Amino acid sequence: MPQQHHLLANLIRFGRLLRAAGVPVTPQQIGNAAAALAYIDLARREDVAAVLRATLITRREHLALFEHAFHLFWQRPEEKPAGSLPGDRGEQRRRQGESRRLAGGRSGDARLEGESSRPETILTYSAVEVLRHKPFARLSESELEQIRALILAMSWDLARRRTRRTMRAAHGPYFDWRRTWRLNLRYGGEMLRLSRRRRKLKRRPLVVLCDLSGSMERYSRILLQFVYVLTNGLEDAEAFVFGTRLTRVTPFLRRRPLSTALEEVSARARDIGGGTQIGQALKTFNKEWARRTLGRGAVVLLISDGWDRGEPALVRKEMQRLQLSCYRLIWLNPLLGSPTYEPLTRGMQAALPYIDDFLPIHNLHSLEQLGRLLGLLPAAPSRLEP
Amino acid sequence: MSLPFSSIDELQAALAQERYIAERSLATAIYLALKLEKPLFLEGEAGVGKTEVAKVIAAMLACPLIRLQCYEGLDVNTAVYEWNYARQMLHIRLLEAAGEVHPETSIKDIFAPEFLLKRPLLQAVQQEEGRPVLLIDELDRADEEFEAFLLEILSDFQITIPEIGTVQAATPPIVVITSNRTREIHDALKRRCLYHWIDYPSFEKEYDIVLARAPQAPHTLAREVVRFVQALRREDLYKAPGIAETLDWIQALIALDREHLSPDVIDDTLGVLLKYHDDISYVRGGRVSHLLATV
Repeated sequence: MPQQHHLLANLIRFGRLLRAAGVPVTPQQIGNAAAALAYIDLARREDVAAVLRATLITRREHLALFEHAFHLFWQRPEEKPAGSLPGDRGEQRRRQGESRRLAGGRSGDARLEGESSRPETILTYSAVEVLRHKPFARLSESELEQIRALILAMSWDLARRRTRRTMRAAHGPYFDWRRTWRLNLRYGGEMLRLSRRRRKLKRRPLVVLCDLSGSMERYSRILLQFVYVLTNGLEDAEAFVFGTRLTRVTPFLRRRPLSTALEEVSARARDIGGGTQIGQALKTFNKEWARRTLGRGAVVLLISDGWDRGEPALVRKEMQRLQLSCYRLIWLNPLLGSPTYEPLTRGMQAALPYIDDFLPIHNLHSLEQLGRLLGLLPAAPSRLEP
Repeated sequence: MSLPFSSIDELQAALAQERYIAERSLATAIYLALKLEKPLFLEGEAGVGKTEVAKVIAAMLACPLIRLQCYEGLDVNTAVYEWNYARQMLHIRLLEAAGEVHPETSIKDIFAPEFLLKRPLLQAVQQEEGRPVLLIDELDRADEEFEAFLLEILSDFQITIPEIGTVQAATPPIVVITSNRTREIHDALKRRCLYHWIDYPSFEKEYDIVLARAPQAPHTLAREVVRFVQALRREDLYKAPGIAETLDWIQALIALDREHLSPDVIDDTLGVLLKYHDDISYVRGGRVSHLLATV
């Protein structure tokens, strides 16, 4: 029964796509779906959708994701919808965001990426894939538009840290005297049941320092957009931009449309597009802002190509201080995406020893990688050795 | 409430009586906080005398000072009240031995006021001998959860203990909150307070402070010390010395029997003024001589 085999294989693949997008689908559910499909007319698309929805989805918030995945997956190869997204802009954004998640977002495993080489089943998937790996600097205007929409739809999360506040828990190293006592009074004060507490987890604060000097011009729009999304998506995020001096832009990015935000930033930071004084900017940050923003285990993202007109000694000193005062110092370099790039500029050389993670930021894929890193923050820093 | 002064000038004088030399703007904020019965929220660099304000108000009005030092994870058990479990357990064992344990009555017995350990906030609300000064120190160290809780307390000064009932302050305490600004305190809380930023003092004020707090200091030394510290604050430092450091320094110099500043003695005692290695190595040597020459 080759027909049925084909269907099951596709079902399994669809299940994996959903899982990669964060919808937990069990093999049992796939089995149920396969069994249920036997009772309906497979030619009726909406019936197929209804069956899969009923068997694979158990939470309301996964419905939209399912609709999009279904739309992507169960279509005829000739209906290539690479750019054919619905007209409404909000809708478009949402959908593209979903396709990003579908395109391997959080748990995007290697096996799934391998499947992109099968265009007969997942066409749009590979179209997004090409876009994901194309450097920002080489994007056409229309591609740029799509990438922007994808960036705007990205959701960001940051690793948690254990706070010193405790919360009630089934298991935990701390003892909840108050509750234990209450629980056991009914046994005449005999300690029969113990109540425990454990440390509460909280998302780490994030500080972004973005270089918008002349040498970064090619990336500045897209990076600002990225910073905009971070600042709006994370409650505890602070954003700064610098060229020759440092400007805090958090309040101008928050809770306003992107276009207004970008205008306000360029009106405030008059030095953007000019020279770079990384050391000076870091010094200002360390003096004026570090103590106020880097408490509670903050993660710092420094986005710069490392071209610096100032003193390397100053960069060294300020980088050292910055690294000491934050939990993790991540340097994102747009040039690092090129295989021939070597961090030889004096500023970059001075900074290197104090960077925890040295990562590229040159295409959508690198942003997604960053997203994963921020969400997990493994114990050991990741460095791309030159 | 009746206050022992009826103008800002009188308050300033009363503060000086307690050896606290306040700029007029700070005296105004304190005066208004007392008159309007609003919490006083003080922010400023470390060592400018924020905590001291609460102590001085308490001394000036001769009322008890209750201090709550904040830290991350500060919870109801340490800030408001806690039951004395050990005593409760002993009590229940005694009842048991006497054969008097009844499920309903024993709960009432156990959660009686005598088993309650009062922590600072409950003490402040339940204070019987006069209106207390409640100092909530370094609120920026506490977390948002505590801030939210504090908001509730500050709005009506009542605390509910499920087992006993609601405790309402007869007279709301005088509240002084300080913050070193290691994070921003939420607006909702600040809005309920009178806000004052304590800046570094002017030369004249600082000189008066030194004389008030270190009366044994030779006047020439005091003048030199204050001039030097004032000049040092204009330098490009990570952490400029506060008034607390000035006072420590003059005590150190007195202990070393110095009557004048010299580059050597400054170099040797720089650790009293500056607490960052970078700052010390930046200033030590040539910079010290230069500063000393200008003052």
